[in-house]
Amino acid sequence: MLEIRDLHAGIGGKAILKGISLTVRPGEIHALMGQNGAGKSTLSNVLVGNPTYEVTGGSVTFNGKDLLAMKPEERAHEGLFLSFQQPVEIPGVSMVNFMRAAVNAKRRYHGLEPMSAGDFLKMMREKRKVVELDSKLANRSVNEGFSGGEKKRNEIFQMAMLEPTLAILDETDSGLDVDALRIVAEGFNKLRRPETSAIVITHYQRLLDYLRPDVVHVLMDGRIVKTGGPELAAEIENRGFDWIRAELSAGHTETERP
Amino acid sequence: MSSERQYLDIFTAHREMIDRHSAGVLNALRGKAYDDFSRMGFPTRKVERYKYTDVSAAFAPDYGLNLNRVKFAVDPREAFRCEVPNLGTSLHFIVNDSFYSRPAPSLPEGVVVCSLKQAAETYPDRVAAAYGRLARTEKDAINALNTMLAQDGLFVYVPKGVEVERTIQVVNLLRSDVDLMANRRVLAVLEEGARARLLFCDHAADDRNFLVTQVVEAFVGERASLELYELEETHAKNHRFSNLYVDQQRDSRVTLCNFTLTGGLTRNRTDLTLSGEGAAADLYGCVIADGEQRVDNNTLIDHRAERCTSNQLYKYVLDDAAVGAFAGRVLVREGAQHSRSVERNANLCGTREARMYAQPMLEIYADDVQCSHGSTVGQMDEQALFYMRQRGIGLDEARMLLKMAFADEVISAIGLDPLRNRLHHLVEKRFRGELGHCSGCRLCK
Amino acid sequence: MRGRADVKNRYVREVTQKKYEYGFTTDVQTEVIERGLNEDVVRLISAKKEEPEWLLEFRLAAYRYWQTQEQPTWGHLTLPEIDYQAISYYADPTKGNKKNGPKSLDEIDPELMKTFDKLGIPLEERLALSGTAVDAVMDSVSVKTTFKEKLSERGIIFCSISEAVREYPDLVKQYLGSVVPYRDNYFAALNSAVFSDGSFVYIPKGVRCPMELSTYFRINARNTGQFERTLIVCDDGGYVSYLEGCTAPMRDENQLHAAIVEIVVNENAEVKYSTVQNWYPGDAEGRGGVLNLVTKRGHLRGANSKLSWTQVETGSAVTWKYPSCVLSGDNSQAEFYSVAVTNHHQQADTGTKMIHLGRNTKSTIISKGISAGKSQNSYRGLVRVASKADGARNYSSCDSLLLGSECGAHTFPYMDVCNDTAIVEHEATTSKISEEQLFYCNQRGIPTEEAVGLIVNGYAKDVINKLPMEFAVEAQKLLSVSLEGTVG
Repeated sequence: MLEIRDLHAGIGGKAILKGISLTVRPGEIHALMGQNGAGKSTLSNVLVGNPTYEVTGGSVTFNGKDLLAMKPEERAHEGLFLSFQQPVEIPGVSMVNFMRAAVNAKRRYHGLEPMSAGDFLKMMREKRKVVELDSKLANRSVNEGFSGGEKKRNEIFQMAMLEPTLAILDETDSGLDVDALRIVAEGFNKLRRPETSAIVITHYQRLLDYLRPDVVHVLMDGRIVKTGGPELAAEIENRGFDWIRAELSAGHTETERP
Repeated sequence: MSSERQYLDIFTAHREMIDRHSAGVLNALRGKAYDDFSRMGFPTRKVERYKYTDVSAAFAPDYGLNLNRVKFAVDPREAFRCEVPNLGTSLHFIVNDSFYSRPAPSLPEGVVVCSLKQAAETYPDRVAAAYGRLARTEKDAINALNTMLAQDGLFVYVPKGVEVERTIQVVNLLRSDVDLMANRRVLAVLEEGARARLLFCDHAADDRNFLVTQVVEAFVGERASLELYELEETHAKNHRFSNLYVDQQRDSRVTLCNFTLTGGLTRNRTDLTLSGEGAAADLYGCVIADGEQRVDNNTLIDHRAERCTSNQLYKYVLDDAAVGAFAGRVLVREGAQHSRSVERNANLCGTREARMYAQPMLEIYADDVQCSHGSTVGQMDEQALFYMRQRGIGLDEARMLLKMAFADEVISAIGLDPLRNRLHHLVEKRFRGELGHCSGCRLCK
Repeated sequence: MRGRADVKNRYVREVTQKKYEYGFTTDVQTEVIERGLNEDVVRLISAKKEEPEWLLEFRLAAYRYWQTQEQPTWGHLTLPEIDYQAISYYADPTKGNKKNGPKSLDEIDPELMKTFDKLGIPLEERLALSGTAVDAVMDSVSVKTTFKEKLSERGIIFCSISEAVREYPDLVKQYLGSVVPYRDNYFAALNSAVFSDGSFVYIPKGVRCPMELSTYFRINARNTGQFERTLIVCDDGGYVSYLEGCTAPMRDENQLHAAIVEIVVNENAEVKYSTVQNWYPGDAEGRGGVLNLVTKRGHLRGANSKLSWTQVETGSAVTWKYPSCVLSGDNSQAEFYSVAVTNHHQQADTGTKMIHLGRNTKSTIISKGISAGKSQNSYRGLVRVASKADGARNYSSCDSLLLGSECGAHTFPYMDVCNDTAIVEHEATTSKISEEQLFYCNQRGIPTEEAVGLIVNGYAKDVINKLPMEFAVEAQKLLSVSLEGTVG
């Protein structure tokens, strides 16, 4: 469903992604690991069309369509969802209005009538329970005054509302304590349908314990330098990244898929 | 002195007619107003409080004046409706500058809401004790001009301890087949412990050039409470000069809330004096301007007594070649200890042609005070816009939501639910470009 | 809250003024020209300085313009009436020396040497503060400029403006009046007509000035005005940090000081200008003191240029001063950091102007006002973003602190924005010195006077930290001294 070919991108003239190729099939969970500055967040931002980043080469297709030619909102309508590393606060815009605008924009895009207020609120209520999000939060402004954990739960809640086919979780585990991490991860598992795919960006094993990725990639200096199964994540947890760097300089790399 | 000449000449030529169609209390101040106006003339832009508005240019064209008080032929109630759903108001009309008399809906005993001319005849002492006391003619040319020419307007009186539950709504309707000048005068007196809520809605029913001067004087007695909402929905050919004076006695509460949704040139001067200890005032302003609109809000909050608080919040959304100005001065006099004052002004500029002047000022002569002001000019948060787009909300809709959120901070200050909902609705329509610019108001029922 | 009231009464007690440390006079033979101002006086000043014809013409044009103008009244100030005919416009304490001022230390009157020593500004290079070159100006004449030779090895010119007119006429002609034209304002016109000495700095392309450059201004003679003129040109990629200090004797009558500072900053160049202004503030009853009416402006002409103004204003009876920046170069950055302290009957109306013309220009304004006694202290600032200044950013923060109930603290910011990509933010607060903080210090054994000094220094820290080290120490001391006796 997602086909990334030799993607080059950067910010302010500085090259960050230096030729990424990656294929995600329906239902697959890919973990993307790597040190700070490796280009993980750049990749997620480029995929969802953040105008701050410039694509300098390569192609991305999503369900056969040219993803890079689409506006950010069109990508969302097509089923792409990013759980932001740092969700922005939008004072004055209530969660209800915000979500209704998002849900109805998607419905319009797919030729559906807007949802009735009653149905919409019912849907809000149901989905909220999954991530144990307080009803009070739903009446507040988007992310305003939310704690770090609440913001992340709110991201997963929005994912539930928008039912994406490909979710990118950008360090959704950062800043979460063990309980919050469990709620978020279990929420994600409950919400995902068999055909839902995900790209999970993380430094740590513990989120992957819940999400059980099919494929693990290591990103270094803007390239995928190593790909393996779940055991690769465990190895990184134990040994860090230096051994991969050492392997690279020794000249042998493994990038075959299991 | 060219702009001034025509007004001075009209006055000297028609003094007798002006007086005849007005009342003694009002007539008594005309001579001095004439002297003051001829001495001062219109303020130039070198005068600090008129820095951002070219007064002379606005008053230069030739406007008709209805000095002979020719009646408006149509019942404004049938021609116009400005209803706020779910809000039963005590509804009154001022067509141009004449109060449209009709038996008023029942208000508590002793409460007076009527034509100022009529009030000056019926209760001359009560009116004389207040009229012109706050809006002095010596220092402000608009006051002087208005006092010289105004023949009628609105009088509101709430006796001691009386609460007026029902909102008193006054529709200021501009209606003319020729370019017209209207000089409106409002006097509101709230005695000790009285409570009242006023809603002024300005509309222009005809596609003519209008020039309006409005002088409002409000006396708020001890422990009294006044809420005054003003909503301007006129059109690009309207020129509004409003001077609002409020005097607050001990422990009184005042909320002033001004929305400029559509208009041509809008100039609102607000001078609020906290005369008695413990008085509190909240001032809110929301300006949505586009095209060639110019909106200039100029406030002075004068802390004269101890333990008073003032709070100001003015927000502007400017598009196209609109020009906005906000100058807010907070003065804390010697001895006004324990004063608290917060002043906030935030502005969104949507285009390169739009221009914003912001001038928040603090002038403080007492030491035990807490005063602050903040002012920003900027644009919408790019990150927030992107976040919304990632969730599938289109760019225009996302911008709308952010603008609405920006304005909502002012709207949410409105204490009355139906009115708040109504304004929310109007502002949203305005942002969506669905609010007509009022030239066909007789049709917009 | 009886306890609070007691504390308050104890704090708000006026104590006699600490003596102004620099209030002495120097007994030196000084050539002073007749009082009064007319074209002949302008010609006489020009002749004494052996100026070229073009400069005399410049002065005369300025003088003629000045005569058509009126003293501005928009400041939040009550200026005593200035009798411009009662002032002498030229005073030379190096009289008896060569016409062009002394060249070597031996030629300087020992009294002058002693004066500057007493002020902490030794003119012998071996005694100098490490890494600081000084131009010492008394009344209308530069007495001595140190380290000139050392600096000239790198092509840096640091000398008095009079000398620059003689030695580098083309440079002076090119830049003089280019940032502050004589028509700029009333006092700028006056200065342009009668300016005497001041410093000239030229930093050539790519040169970082290896030491701090500093000018020390001293008014000594009675009934004279000081009209200094400073011109700093920092060429492409250059860097200089410049310091200015000033004092004057205690006199019962007001002394007029109307200076101009012009700074030109070219591409990739950076200039830091720091002032510790300690002119005589007048006595506790408001008698005497310097009228400090100054126009300072920098033009950030080149792309990526930087200019920062840092000022600590503790002196003068009246201060009317707005060190400003015109940000023409794309990506240029300007800063204004100010601490203004007023006590007794002092009045200050000071601030800055940031005029954004170039793209992605950035300015920062941090102002701290401290008012005590019966003084009035105002911040006045303008931030303008022109329609072509895409991406302009300004942040302004103006805080005022009140010590005592008879003083005033005022804030008059003006924002004028006509660009939809600009972000301009202003915030200001006014409050009194915290009694809780004072009491906390007291409880820890710190006397109130000292506590006030501590708290005020903490309050002004953001600005003081921007000063070069020696200056910062001096400024901290000054802040404490200026406020001694304000809170008993």
